[in-house]
Amino acid sequence: MGTVILLALTGLGLAALYFLVASGLSLVFGLADVLNFAHGLFLGVGAYGTWWAAGNLPGAGPDGFGFVVAVAFGVAAGTLVAVLVELVLIRPLYSRTIEQVLVTVGLSLAGVALLQATWGADARPFPRPDWTRQVTGILGAQVPNGGLLLIIAAVLVLGAILAFLRWTRYGLVIRAGVENREMVTALGIDVRKAFTLVFAIGGAAAALAGALGGVYFGTVSPGQGGSLLIFAFIVVVIGGMGSVVGSAYAAVVVGLVQQFVNYYGTSGLGDICVVGLLAVVLLLRPQGIAGKVATA
Amino acid sequence: MEPILSVEDLSVRISGLHILQGVSFAVAPTGVTVLLGRNGVGKTTTLRAIVGLTPPAGEVRGTIRMGAQSLLARPTHRLVRGGLGYVPEDRCVFAGLTVAENLRLAERRGTTPAYDKVFALFPELDRRGRQRAGSLSGGQQQMLAIGRVLLNDNRLLLVDEPTKGLAPKVVTEVAEVLERVAESVPVLLVEQNLAVVRRLAKDAVVLAAGKVAWTGDARELLLETALTKSLLGVGSAEVSH
Repeated sequence: MGTVILLALTGLGLAALYFLVASGLSLVFGLADVLNFAHGLFLGVGAYGTWWAAGNLPGAGPDGFGFVVAVAFGVAAGTLVAVLVELVLIRPLYSRTIEQVLVTVGLSLAGVALLQATWGADARPFPRPDWTRQVTGILGAQVPNGGLLLIIAAVLVLGAILAFLRWTRYGLVIRAGVENREMVTALGIDVRKAFTLVFAIGGAAAALAGALGGVYFGTVSPGQGGSLLIFAFIVVVIGGMGSVVGSAYAAVVVGLVQQFVNYYGTSGLGDICVVGLLAVVLLLRPQGIAGKVATA
Repeated sequence: MEPILSVEDLSVRISGLHILQGVSFAVAPTGVTVLLGRNGVGKTTTLRAIVGLTPPAGEVRGTIRMGAQSLLARPTHRLVRGGLGYVPEDRCVFAGLTVAENLRLAERRGTTPAYDKVFALFPELDRRGRQRAGSLSGGQQQMLAIGRVLLNDNRLLLVDEPTKGLAPKVVTEVAEVLERVAESVPVLLVEQNLAVVRRLAKDAVVLAAGKVAWTGDARELLLETALTKSLLGVGSAEVSH
């Protein structure tokens, strides 16, 4: 029983990480029709920003409030990069899908190369509070606190995004834009501002995933964003483009399948099962769990 | 009287197709001007070009003016804020949003939305505020699409096939509303239902194969059975109903 609980909670921790990356990716694709392969870069910037701030930024550190400041710095850096990418590189290329893919793929590769050139290719130990290295006993299972932190953060982010979509004017614009962007402009709304906003939200969530992923894995490396992005894309497709709630459901399914199959089968089989699941969803329900609706 | 809208030598190419080929016409500053023609002649393309919704891959040439202001190359949201209201073909309400949210989306900062006017015209929208727009009937969706535009002051309304696919009773209701709306704001209407055209339109512009084939008094056009048959492909029975 303890093993099942442990696998379930560590699977949910992984799901939380996928959700944080996938939620922004899904909103950006749903609203702006941009398949952003550079989304992993925002995660990398968040992770390295937190790592750098914990060691160098006055007031920041690896523990206590200092760690909160470090994470806030990492998230702010990831958000800023996301906004700049939208304004400078993506905005001139709306409705030019092939060019967007080329630019975002190139940017993701250049971003990893830049991180490698600056801080080296090897994984570096991530500064994290002592309590995140410890475990908490839950129903007989010793669950790592880093995973629990990710789950709590993902639930809070999910709640915040849903509240934003449900209760704010820009949330209304985004929900409408995911359904029919052209009609939003035909009501006199400059939808490009909403594009920038969803990039900022997605960048912030991905950067938070980078910071908390560093806590979860204990290290930070330049390629981390790219490897997580692959599973985030799978989550977005299974969940349904543009649906935050769909991404949450899909992230839970993917995280749990990976964790359980990898444990009870052979290592790596969980990843193959997830790809199989993706194929089944594409065949039976190509619009994903929740389709193209920004669910509030 | 100076026209509210003048279109001169408008050409639109989309994906290699030359859909509009030098279209020129004017819209009077009062009443309803109807844009007629068989399916596929470019009526919707004309409205979309006016409101700046030609696909990015398309090419638009010519001149479109509302008053003294040139409309071409201006982004759609600015044209709409400048008083160009657009009710698209097939309603295009946001199915996942409630009726109230659909209306709220059309509100503009710095102006007072005319909910009283909209709810006076469409009391049902007030009663169904919390209902998802996707679950409304076709007629109710059309009322929502028109109501959304009427929340704000407009200098000209572009209305694309508002009675398409609606039951006869609802067609009459929509026509009544457009008649009342046209008392205060000029309307450029695309419409296939000739009974509605007869009731509403003062002027008519007929397109054929991407060009203007006829312009003039709408009622005169409908009286010329041979002409309507050749331009619109309909017989006298359809004209008279």
